[in-house]
Amino acid sequence: MQRTTMDLWVGFFVTAGVAALMVLSLKVGNLNAYNPSQSYIITGNFENIGGLKVRAPVKSAGVVVGRVTDIQFSTQTYDAVVTMSMDSRFTFPTDTFASILTSGLLGEQYIGLAAGGDETMLKNGDKVMKTNSAMVLEELIGRFLFNKAAEE
Amino acid sequence: MVSKALIEINGLSFSYDTRPILNGIDMSMRRGQVVAIMGGSGSGKTTLLRLISGAIQPTAGHVKFAGEVVHELSRDALFKLRRKMGMLFQFGALFTDLSVFDNVAFQMREHTDLPESMIRDLVLMKLHAVGLRGAHHLMPNELSGGMARRVALARSIALDPMLIMYDEPFTGLDPISLSVIGNLIRRLSNSLGITSIVVTHDVQESLKIVDYVYFIADGVIAAQGTPKEVRESVAPFVHQFVHGEEDGPVPFHYPAQAYPQDLGLEDNRV
Amino acid sequence: MSRHILSAIQNIGHRAIESIWRLGHASRFFVLVLLKSGTSLRRFNLVIRELYFTGVLSLIIIVVSGLFVGMVLGLQGYETLQKYGSESAVGTLVALSLVRELGPVVAALLFASRAGSAITAEIGLMKATEQLAAMGMMAVDPVARVVAPRFWAGVISMPFLAAIFSVMGVYGGYLVTVVFIGVDEGTYWSQMQSAVDFRFDILNGFIKSCFFGVAVTAIAVFEGYDAPPTAEGVSGATTRTVVTSSLVILGLDFILTAFMFRGVS
Repeated sequence: MQRTTMDLWVGFFVTAGVAALMVLSLKVGNLNAYNPSQSYIITGNFENIGGLKVRAPVKSAGVVVGRVTDIQFSTQTYDAVVTMSMDSRFTFPTDTFASILTSGLLGEQYIGLAAGGDETMLKNGDKVMKTNSAMVLEELIGRFLFNKAAEE
Repeated sequence: MVSKALIEINGLSFSYDTRPILNGIDMSMRRGQVVAIMGGSGSGKTTLLRLISGAIQPTAGHVKFAGEVVHELSRDALFKLRRKMGMLFQFGALFTDLSVFDNVAFQMREHTDLPESMIRDLVLMKLHAVGLRGAHHLMPNELSGGMARRVALARSIALDPMLIMYDEPFTGLDPISLSVIGNLIRRLSNSLGITSIVVTHDVQESLKIVDYVYFIADGVIAAQGTPKEVRESVAPFVHQFVHGEEDGPVPFHYPAQAYPQDLGLEDNRV
Repeated sequence: MSRHILSAIQNIGHRAIESIWRLGHASRFFVLVLLKSGTSLRRFNLVIRELYFTGVLSLIIIVVSGLFVGMVLGLQGYETLQKYGSESAVGTLVALSLVRELGPVVAALLFASRAGSAITAEIGLMKATEQLAAMGMMAVDPVARVVAPRFWAGVISMPFLAAIFSVMGVYGGYLVTVVFIGVDEGTYWSQMQSAVDFRFDILNGFIKSCFFGVAVTAIAVFEGYDAPPTAEGVSGATTRTVVTSSLVILGLDFILTAFMFRGVS
């Protein structure tokens, strides 16, 4: 008697809860757009990564093609080793150029990839050889002043 | 009745921390007997019931129920033993979230695999025995105090126990409900052969229905006997209790220093 | 004078020992509940019954609060962000605050005061009216039959309630910023989706709410079972449930956040 209506309400509650989790995963978290299970890993050495952080996007032509998964400091080369997890739908030539860029004047930093012209493609575990460091404001200003002084 | 004793209590003692509650109680109850345990408030009557049901451990002595020493049983064995016991709590202690029917069916559903149709028949039989078959669909908060206790009684006989313990079954009942409960206790013992232990203050009502009476005072059995012996007893304690006299061996005044001294009168005189 | 100080110190010591004793007692009870959960998992009907009381009856307060918290977040976030010209990030702000922190924490606080207090009061009253003792006399273990189903129902409800709270909040923020203020709808969702990560944000929020569910219901059933069997005893226990679980939720939240989001932007 009473039990069936109670069951109905509990069923409704559980459905609502599961639906909420689905909405969070798919609509808010956008789980379907980036699936880490189909990905490959590449690394790159940068002289200076500036303010780059783990989970920053890796973009090519403005489209997100991967994410930074790890940043380490190498004591052999004394530079930063950045590990990127790339969406396996997108492959890049081995002579691809990776640079650390900033979105807007003060926005977050990301890695921009500019594809090269090589025939062979980057595979899982490969290393990007051509990198360009983050722009550091002090160095930029210093270079500007130096150039100005040289002109005069 | 010559059948063997169902419950034997020998030298039973219990103290709470260091305060003795019971001190060397000996009792014996046969099958189908209705026994009353009387005594003033706080004399350890309820403690005795808790010792019989194995809810607490005695400090000395033992309770033997159907040949088994209660406090030596493992937890599982104790739970098995408790299926042979029923207990009626002071205000019934019905499960407030279950209907009358479900209350009575509770033990059958928990402990047996009976089909629902048989449970229904059994529950209605038990409720019929207490005259409340028509109230099976009510919730406990819709019952009067007397009805709630009758439902609780039906619930405690659900699995046909050998013993029912009644903790103050008459408290707070009107005279009619009171004699209804009293007669039910007697009738269940006669027809089903259930041993009943009635812990109560209500001397007159219980003397009408019981076979034997124990008086407990200061943790020991102060007096015992059949209702007839008790009524005629000249022992001062029993006389005071049965006739409800204000002062006697059980004093009216809690022990205190002398009254004038308490009011500071003596100091002023000096 | 020195005697007063001495007795005050003694008093503090007593209280400290008392609370440690209670903590031990509560932990033992928690283990006992876990050990005796077999019955409630075998007879899941018992848990479903309690799910109605802890979950379904908490829905309204969770839905309404979630909606309003989201609306306030949207409004405040928009006001602040537009000073820096970044009002397009308002979706990110709303979603991240809700999914990581406010969803699990506020839902747990509401759950403690709505369902936790009800669990404590119910078990406490059952004890005070000797229903638990009567059950024990009927050879039915009250911990397995009464406490464990309530515990599991609470543990199951909490993550669902937190998720519902977050979703309601996200849509509350949507209502204020997109429908009323006029932030672009596409921007709202896309900014949110690019910033909210499934594993780091949503999964961690979910894990948090599971922890909170265990903590709140464990406290609620313990306080109820441990309540002195009087009217003051039960009301005191109910108050303690709300106060203790609120403090534990906030403390636990700090610890979990430190573990989960350390080293991540």
